[in-house]
Amino acid sequence: MLQHSYTHTAMSPSVPLQEMIRAIRSARTQCEERGVIQRECAAIRAQFRQADNGGRSHNLAKLLYVHMLGYPAHFGQMECVRMIASSRYSEKRVGYLGAMMLLDEKQDASLLITNSIKNDLSHSNQYVQSLALCTLACMGSAEMCRDLAPEIDRLLRASNSYIKKKAALCAVHIVRKVHELGELFAPAARSLLSEKNHGVLHGAVVLITELCERSSESLERFRKTVPDLVQIMKGLVISGYSPEHDVAGISDPFLQVRLLRLLRILGRNNETASDAMNDLLAQVATNTDSTKTVGNAVLYETVLTVLDIKSESGLRVLAVNILGRFLLNNDRNIRYIAMTSLQKIVGTDHNAVQRHRGTIVDCLKDQDASVKRRALDLSLALVSASNIRSMMKELLLFLSSCPPELRSQAANGIFTAAERYAPSKRWHIDTILHVLITAGGDVRDETVPNLIQLITNTSELHCYTVHKLYRALLSDISQQSLVQVACWCIGEYGDLLLRGDCQEVEPMQVCEDDVLDALETVLQSHMSSTATRGFALTATMKLSTRITDNVDRIRSIVSIYGSCIDLELQQRAVEYNALFKKYDHMRAAVLERMPVIERNSSGLINGDPTGEPVKEVQPSKVKTEVSLPLPQAADQTCDLLDLLSSSEQQPQSPPAAGSSILTQPLGTDCSAGRDLLDLLGGLEPTPPPTAVTVYEKDGVTLTIVCEKQSDSAMTVTLTGFNSSDCDVSSFTLQAAVPKSVQLHMKAPSGDSLPAGGAAKVTQVVLLNNPNKVNLKMRIRVSYSCRGSTVQETVQVDSFPGL
Amino acid sequence: MISGKSNNVSISSQLLMSLGPHSDCGCVRSQRTMIHFILLFSRQGKLRLQKWYTTIADREKKKVIRDMLMLVLARPPRSSNFIQWRDLKIVYKRYASLYFCAGLENQDNELLALEVLHRYVELLDKYFGNVCELDIIFNFEKAYFILDEFLMGGEVLETSKVAVGGCLEDADTLQETMDEYMNKPAY
Repeated sequence: MLQHSYTHTAMSPSVPLQEMIRAIRSARTQCEERGVIQRECAAIRAQFRQADNGGRSHNLAKLLYVHMLGYPAHFGQMECVRMIASSRYSEKRVGYLGAMMLLDEKQDASLLITNSIKNDLSHSNQYVQSLALCTLACMGSAEMCRDLAPEIDRLLRASNSYIKKKAALCAVHIVRKVHELGELFAPAARSLLSEKNHGVLHGAVVLITELCERSSESLERFRKTVPDLVQIMKGLVISGYSPEHDVAGISDPFLQVRLLRLLRILGRNNETASDAMNDLLAQVATNTDSTKTVGNAVLYETVLTVLDIKSESGLRVLAVNILGRFLLNNDRNIRYIAMTSLQKIVGTDHNAVQRHRGTIVDCLKDQDASVKRRALDLSLALVSASNIRSMMKELLLFLSSCPPELRSQAANGIFTAAERYAPSKRWHIDTILHVLITAGGDVRDETVPNLIQLITNTSELHCYTVHKLYRALLSDISQQSLVQVACWCIGEYGDLLLRGDCQEVEPMQVCEDDVLDALETVLQSHMSSTATRGFALTATMKLSTRITDNVDRIRSIVSIYGSCIDLELQQRAVEYNALFKKYDHMRAAVLERMPVIERNSSGLINGDPTGEPVKEVQPSKVKTEVSLPLPQAADQTCDLLDLLSSSEQQPQSPPAAGSSILTQPLGTDCSAGRDLLDLLGGLEPTPPPTAVTVYEKDGVTLTIVCEKQSDSAMTVTLTGFNSSDCDVSSFTLQAAVPKSVQLHMKAPSGDSLPAGGAAKVTQVVLLNNPNKVNLKMRIRVSYSCRGSTVQETVQVDSFPGL
Repeated sequence: MISGKSNNVSISSQLLMSLGPHSDCGCVRSQRTMIHFILLFSRQGKLRLQKWYTTIADREKKKVIRDMLMLVLARPPRSSNFIQWRDLKIVYKRYASLYFCAGLENQDNELLALEVLHRYVELLDKYFGNVCELDIIFNFEKAYFILDEFLMGGEVLETSKVAVGGCLEDADTLQETMDEYMNKPAY
């Protein structure tokens, strides 16, 4: 009796399932839906616990539906296992479906179905076999694969086409899971190539592709099949209309594409194989109808193959031309893939791709985000010395309107291109400024020190640069990179800014208050990051030696920040305060203008310590020996301390201003490096002390400049100069002083004086005269000129400036 | 989501891929196969079918689905059908009220993937007769069966429409026959 009612429902199998679906869909709120689902799941669970009934498959189907909506369904896993083991096809079908949806190789329950799969693989009914194959290929674990591989191999050889094609793809899955098993399938794969059934052929091609990609021996072995593959492909291309496989006039495009892909792998780096397929590829390229997507899919694969194997040049040109045609296609998809392909060959066939540069650049303006992205990649790759100006115009235009996810890439690409191909320094600086103004928030961190380095090294444009940056700063202080560079420049070249005259920008009268206002705005703005405020504070400090009237204002700014809650700013402010108070005599030296920076490969400044000559930027000004890299900075600490204290021993407790400024960069990050840059200077903006000539012979002169450091200490700078027209080499100085005076000679800057006064040699001598005796110094000068050695001694009795 | 700076995977078809699982973005790429997943969803973001051809955790699956919904539903009407996402290419096409979305290996042919999606729609249409979203909702298991006769392990299994249609018919007949047989009243 009971059976009858079940029979009824079995006749229209999906009713319970469809009823449930209807019930769920009619729920008006999420809450209601959850209620329905909970009820249904409870019913399903109850049904699972019951003994065999005719509605099991429907129950499981209901559970799978619930699972698809996103609700948990793990309690159905065991039911799947049971259903798979059932003898009813309907139950097996849903059971296997459930296994594929609910079980994956990580679940323990998946092991339980291995036996069922094994049995079903040799079932008399091919549809049962097919279920097993499909499930194995979907979620078979490595263990299961190892276990069942021999069975799959058997099926590959001796079964009907329906099973063979499924076994082939199952074998593909096995090889992906357990690479070594590739060996097992190779012979069967080879023989499958002679099948006529397209499904089997397709599976065979996929399997062979997989084998070749995994092992080079397989690759060698399967190269021999190239002629067969070419034959099959030819058959597809030139055969008549085959209704079963036709898609818009192309005969089995799926198989064609897979064949082309396999040919590509086999022809790569192999002349013989490539030759064998040349004609075929030319045929496909010319004969395939490109009016529909499907034809273009085949052409696309053909082009990829031609460009990847060792094809003859005519064929290559044909391929690139196809891509060129694709670029002009109305269909966005085609343009997109054309650019993707061109990207792959822009390195090897650069000129060919350059021919299409115009179209590619136009694609930058396309509405579609994917197309834009491809166009950007390709445009950046096409930038060269000859097209840099026009390309940069387009790229900058793009940058101002590009979608946010592409800005970073665009900005960085522009920087790299500008660096590599900048036709002039001013163009370079302008470009970088433009990028910073447009997309300053999206650039990499190294940009700021790189830009600072660039600016410093372009001394002729200091005035121009600082004016432009100042103006940019006035209009927008939100882009951190821009603000940082602007602050740095204003600090460094504030004097140039205030002077007001600059040929390349419109004249603008800037007064000291304006500049300080701008810096203070940055300091106080909530938009400024800590690093930026650090820049602004340091810049303000530097201006104290470059302006004349508002030093008090600077002093007050600095002292306010001495109690800033941010540790970094507070430390800086305290040190600057100390510079004002205790070490005011050092302030000018510490805040001098920066010398030219030597470039390191990493772009960071803390680099190679030894032997970096400090180039002179404005030779008329006297400079002290201050250099940048960190270890030398440590020396510098000693030097400064030497000047301060009367002994030459290592500093024990260095004063706060001197060492903490200089040892601060012992922190590792970029901003620490910037501190170092900010504080050590190389040029003296104050009027040079008078130099006295103590020696002169044949155009070679020696001058001394004295500076009093403290009561008993002084620095004497000896400068050698050669205005004759013969080079002087091995220029050395020796000095002697009365017994009670302490003398310390620093290393000279060099020992050669080229003719015509192109360079000088300076040497600093530190003297300490605690007993305040009458100071005299004997200096011996020796050098070689015109092959002969000259040695002279002079005595200096009076020291100017003392 | 699109991960910005490092998204630009340079496509160089290497001869021998490095063996073993790649863990570029966690779990999506545990296997190299042509199609990683197929998703069908409505304009309102309701999932109608999900087929995964790689092994990934449930949580990761949910993330991928969310991302796909966000990416695809946000596309303006006449955009291209390809999106670069993590290290996969996403190919999608809208048919009436349903989006068909496939995650493709980076080196695979996107245009062919469009054809694959189209072929699947054709198969559904043939089976259900003028298929619409409701058909797929109420007969979701059939949609899976059809898919499993067309694709397997992330690769195309059968390239002939007729062959697939024939198999489905046979299998359905088998199911009914077996059911009828099993449920005939025993007297």
